Order: sequence, then structure tokens, then C-alpha cells
Amino acid sequence: MYKPLVKVHLWSGLRSLVGQEVVEVRATNVAQMLNALEKEHPALSDAIDAGVSVSIDGKIYAYGLTEAVDETKEIYLLQRIKGG
Amino acid sequence: MAFDEKTEGFNVVGTRPDRPDGIDKVTGRASYGADASKAGMLHGAILRSPHAHAVIKSINLDKALALKGVKGVVTRADFAEGLTGENWNVLENVMAGEKALYDGHAVAAVAATSQLIARDALKLIEVDYEPIPHVTDVDKAMQPDAPVIREGQASKAVPAGMHPNVVDYHESGHGDVEAGFAEADLVMERTFTTEATHQGYIEPHACLATLGGDGRGELWCCTQGHWNVQKICAALVGIEQSALRVTASEIGGGFGGKTAVFIEPVALALSRKTNRPVKIAMPRADVFKATGPTASTSMDVKIGLKKDGTMTAAWGEFRSQGGAFPGSPFSFTAMCAFAPYALENVKQIGYDVMTNRPKQAAYRAPGSPMAAFAVESLLDEMCNQMGLDPLEVRLKNASKQGTKASFGPTWDRIGLVECLEAAKEHSHYAAPVPEGAGRGISCGFWFNHGGETSVTLAMSEDGTAQLMLGTPDIGGSRASMAMMAAEELGIPYEHVRATVADTATLGYNEVSHGSRVTYASGLATIEAARDTVKKLCARAAAKWGIDEDAVVWRDGCAVPSGPNAGDFDPLPIGQICRKMGATGGPIVGHYEATPEGAGVSFAVHIVDATVDRETGATSVDRYTVIQDAGKAIHPDYVEGQYQGGAAQGIGWALNEEYIYGEDGRLQNAGFLDYRIPVASDLPMIDTVIVEVPNPGHPYGVRGVGETSICPPLAAIANAVSNAAGVRMKDLPMRPSRILDALDG
Repeated sequence: MYKPLVKVHLWSGLRSLVGQEVVEVRATNVAQMLNALEKEHPALSDAIDAGVSVSIDGKIYAYGLTEAVDETKEIYLLQRIKGG
Repeated sequence: MAFDEKTEGFNVVGTRPDRPDGIDKVTGRASYGADASKAGMLHGAILRSPHAHAVIKSINLDKALALKGVKGVVTRADFAEGLTGENWNVLENVMAGEKALYDGHAVAAVAATSQLIARDALKLIEVDYEPIPHVTDVDKAMQPDAPVIREGQASKAVPAGMHPNVVDYHESGHGDVEAGFAEADLVMERTFTTEATHQGYIEPHACLATLGGDGRGELWCCTQGHWNVQKICAALVGIEQSALRVTASEIGGGFGGKTAVFIEPVALALSRKTNRPVKIAMPRADVFKATGPTASTSMDVKIGLKKDGTMTAAWGEFRSQGGAFPGSPFSFTAMCAFAPYALENVKQIGYDVMTNRPKQAAYRAPGSPMAAFAVESLLDEMCNQMGLDPLEVRLKNASKQGTKASFGPTWDRIGLVECLEAAKEHSHYAAPVPEGAGRGISCGFWFNHGGETSVTLAMSEDGTAQLMLGTPDIGGSRASMAMMAAEELGIPYEHVRATVADTATLGYNEVSHGSRVTYASGLATIEAARDTVKKLCARAAAKWGIDEDAVVWRDGCAVPSGPNAGDFDPLPIGQICRKMGATGGPIVGHYEATPEGAGVSFAVHIVDATVDRETGATSVDRYTVIQDAGKAIHPDYVEGQYQGGAAQGIGWALNEEYIYGEDGRLQNAGFLDYRIPVASDLPMIDTVIVEVPNPGHPYGVRGVGETSICPPLAAIANAVSNAAGVRMKDLPMRPSRILDALDG
């Protein structure tokens, strides 16, 4: 199955772990994207396991593992959003 | 997730009906955490460390156990072993292991036949402590010679060479900050500090637990999220989640502080040990010492500004301590700091630091108010120096749809510009600053949240509805949910009874936090009601012998969708429900999802304040809150959230603080010495509801519970600084600080 090459922007605290500001992985949804990130960049595993939110075209998903991603979307990893 | 949007033509939404819990609360009929009791119930009490940092060498329980009336004592040995991650952190906070990590840290607990006996028994527990060096200040905790709270806690993100107390690190931004500063006509940098403050809920934590030897239990407690309590308590006492049924009591305030567990696992462990129900109600001093205050911060902020008011660059370093555990809201502080502004060059850094203080808990928009205090204070000072209107500068640089957020993503539809324009047009801003007073404004930002949500709506035979929610009502949500259900069903608000269900009767619900309830439970309520309507229409279709698609719902009745569907009189909801047993069974709608479209929210506050130069006392004379609600379901409650955030912000700005002595012990664990605002401290707080619909909700709702506490610290500091003629950079601005500042 074809999987688009998505660009994932990392918050800077993660950039030092992989040496890049933007990493590219093949995925069609957020779950695949996070799995691919962990597989290809094991240094990100702790942060991803701790919980991340994902911003897709400006909309912030706290979970959203089934949300679709593709090469046209602006994707940022953010630290997990919580509140009071 | 796509929804059928409804943005106008509301019958119930937007009105101001009576609150459903009002009579219960004013007559004393409402049951809070401490109101429950059971036959054979014991009373629990918790022994707490008198030291800020100490090795627990031994605990001797013999004398306590020998006291008549004492039925059991628990220590760390009575809880689950082998926990990891946050479960371990919570357990370590609930009951100390090898070390007491802060003044007030629990070390043992007693269950006895009366509260007095339980407290007497605490005095008989012999703990051999070895006090060790402590640190309670965030900056000192980062110094090379600071005592280490716990080795090995730092995440991989922490730069090499930092003190072990620095446990996490955040850095985000874009552009070239130095190049941006080079373009500016004025660049200023300042350091700001804020103290830890408590959420200040009036109802102390209380619970009643039953846990038998068979591993099955019941828990009644005051909480913002009983499924979360179920999950954590089950892990901490080593039972299966479904074996523990948790019921949320009425709640006398939470503000984030009741998203965590403190006494509930202890009561369960005592109940298991004694085979009796155990009730624990925290004394106020324990609430201050051992439940989460918010973080304290130390912050450096630098901004570049052109003469025309354009912000060319911004930089900030935010150091945040959250007590003796990882988890302060340092990253939110960093991410929220410059969120109101569309900046080409911005960078924010955050540090999570451990100290010998209680484990911090969320407090309304955790981390954001402190960031706004630093950024908005510096911006105000720069506007003053350059002779610029502070509101025009904010408008000129405001984030809007399509601009890039300081933490990365491109903004969707947001309402900051609308809030600023409403502020500009408000009579408060147009009025001259009263003689002797100072005026301050500030923007504020919070993300808001969705989260796991389940709702069930069951029809009764008389056509009224029972709405079962899983999010404890901390801000009027039963009223708002009933209104949304009534809107969809086309029945009166009074015909919907909204109830917060227990963990055994509904699917998982995330905690009432993140301003999520009116958004997420509201969305789920609307969808559950639509599911119900679909089933009601199907019953009418069957009665009429027509296709289900040929029936629509209008004003509480099933009606044919058009002339071709047939000529039938409208079938009212009451008639359909009266026959439901004979036409297919109970009519129940439900919805379970994790809504992900919580729209972010901005606010603008305007404050006039005067300062008594002789006593240093501050008077807040006029206060206006302007905030984007997306869509106000029940405007009274929305305004109440706006006013409540402002009131708590006034306390945080002027008086509230955790005061630690040289010995690392909390000096003011009571409302006499920890001064929250009372009615006489507050002006009438005016409110303006801006409605820029959130595309992620069927009615456009955005959460409103947290954003209102983001601007007050800065807005008040700006008003006070402008009144006093001296910049206030440390909170709280208590009279002694004001006098020191005036003395130069």
C-alpha cells in the first residue's frame, strides 16, 4: 500500500535528539507516523511514549491516531496538551 | 469528524435558565466528598513529614496500634510494588518510600473508630528521620551545589551538564531571533518571578472507600475525574480497574487541583487492611501542604520593537518548579508565552525543575498565566517608553488565522483580533484613566482540550430525558448539557435531567480539565440527542408505515418530511415514548468518541488600579474581561467563568503565595495567612462574550474555563506599575513589595 512521505516538524527539544528540525517518514495516519518515527529515530521513543499531541494544519490533536496525514499537510509534534 | 453545524435559530442555547443544582446547594441537600457515611465506617488520618527533605530510617507503629480504637495502620509497604513512570510518581507522592521529599509528605496513615482517636494515634507513630539538605527555590535548585532531589529523572531532552534537578527541557520557535533584534528600534530584557499559588477550592479533599479482601471496592470522592481516580487507585493498590467502582460527589471547587489523587489510595489501603469502610477528609493545612499548588517560576524575557509598534523578535527562558517530581507545566509556559503574537523571529526555552515542595497539580491553564505576566509586562513597559498605545501594538502584532504560532503550527480560525477590537470599543478603554490610578491591559492564550468522552441519553415514558454524563460538573456543565439536549430534542430545558454517572454505568470519560467539558461532553450530548431523535423518528415511521428517511424532527415532534411522505399529524415526543415498550423497547441514544476539534481561546483584560503609597495596598477599581467563547451555551456560566478567572488572578497577582522558611517548611498553610480574595477585595468584574465559532463543534463552542486566568497577572501588574510609577516584576505584589519598589 502506498504511503505518502510526510514531513514532521519537531519541537526543538527533540531536534537535538535526531539532529534535524524536520524529519520525513512514510505514513497515512498519525499512528503509522508515530510508529515510523520511533522505528527510524529511536531517540524519540521516550518523548512519544510520554505522550505527544499532533498539530495537523493548525488543528491540535491530543490523541488522533486515526487522523489522516499526507505530504500536503503541515504537521508538528507538540508536547501533550493537558489542562486544569 | 464532520458535524451538522447549527449557528443560529436556537431556542434554548444562549438563554439563562436556573441552574439544576441550585436548590440542592443552597438547602444543603447536595452531597459533597465528606457527606457520605456507611455503617461500621472508620476514620482515617495521615501522618506527614515535618522535614523538607529527610531519609526515613524506620517507622515504629507499635504504640499507635496499641491505642484503643485503632483498627489499622498503613505505610508504603501496603501499596503495590513494581510501579513505573507516573504511577510510581503518584504513589511516591501519596505515601513516601525511602525519603520524605517535602514538608507535609505522607509517611503513614491510621484508621480508627473516631477522627480524634485517629489523630491521637498519629502522635504515637515513631518515625526516625535523618534530615538532609533541601532546596525550595527554582533558581537555586538549578545551581551546581543544589541538593539532588532524586537522581536519574531527567529526560533525554535535557542538555548535557545540567543539574540532576532539571528533569525536562523544551525549546521551540522559528526565524532568526538575533537578526530580529537587530531590526528593532528598542530591545529590552527583564527577569520576572511568580510564586506558587494554591487553587484555593473551598471544599477540602474527602473520600469514603471500601475495599474487601476479594479485591473489589467502592469509592466515593470529590474529584474532577473519577475514571482517572479508578485507573490510578487500581494501580496503586494492585487491583483490576473494573473491580473498583468510583462515584464522584458534588465538588466544591477544583480548578485543576482535583485532577490528581492524594487520599483516595490511602483510604482504600486502610479499608483493605481493616475490612471496614474508611473515610478521610483532609484538614485545610494538609490541603495546602500536600495537594498540588501550581508551579512557581523564574523567567527571562526579551522583545524587539520598532517605532511603529512592530514586534521584530521575541525570546524567553522559563524556569518552572513543580515540587519533588517531574511534571511542572514548563512547556505550556514556553508555548503560551508569545502565542498572541505573529512573530517572524521567536524562540522560547523551558526547564522543568524539581525542588523540595509538594507535587504541583494543574491550575486553570497550567503555566500560561505566568508566561503572560512576563511577556505582557515587558511589552507594556516598552510601549510606555516608546509612547505607543499598548492596545494598538497588540492589535498590530496579533495572531490570526493563517499566521504562524510561536510554537510552530499555522493558526486555524481564532478570535484574538475580535477580542482586541471589542476591548478598544469598550467604554472602559475609552474612559480616561482616573486620576491617581494606573491602567493595564493584557492578552492571554490557552489551548483547550477534547479528550475521551461518553454520554448516554435515555428517554422516559413521559417524554422527558435522562442525560448521563461522565464529566464532574465543576462549572455548570449539567445546565449546559441539559440545554444542548433540550435544543436537539425540541423539549423544555426543565424536561432534561443531567446526572454525573459513576464509573460502572458509562464508558470512560477523561477528567474535567482543559476547558473540555462544554466542548467535548457538549458535542457528545448533541450527538447522543441526535441518535435519540433518529430512533424517535424510526418509531414514528413504523407507526405511519413509511420509510424512516421520510420522517424529520421538528419542535419536539416527528413529522413527515414533505407532502410526498404522507399526511400525518405531528407525533409528539411524549406520545412516542409512552408506547416505546410496545414499539421496540427503550429509546436510548449514546455517543462515544475522542473529540479533537477543541478550538483555542484568547482573552483580553483591562484593569484600573490604585496604590496606597503609605501602606503599599493595592485597590483594583475597575476590571473588564473580554474573551472568545466560540458560542456561549449558558451566558451566565460563561460570565461566571470569566469573573472567576479574574478573581483568582487578582489573588495570584496581589496576595497569594507559598511562603517557605529557611528550614524548608511551609509557613502559611491556612486561609488566615494565605490570603485569597474575598468579595470586599473585588470590584464588579465586567464581561464581554466574543463569539468566533469553533469549526470543531456543532454549535461553535470553545472552552472558556481556563483562558480567563491567563491575562490577569499581567493586566494587574501593568495597572499597578503604571499607578505606582515603578515596574513590578515579582508576584505577588503584596504591600511590602510595593513599598520596597516605591523606596527604590
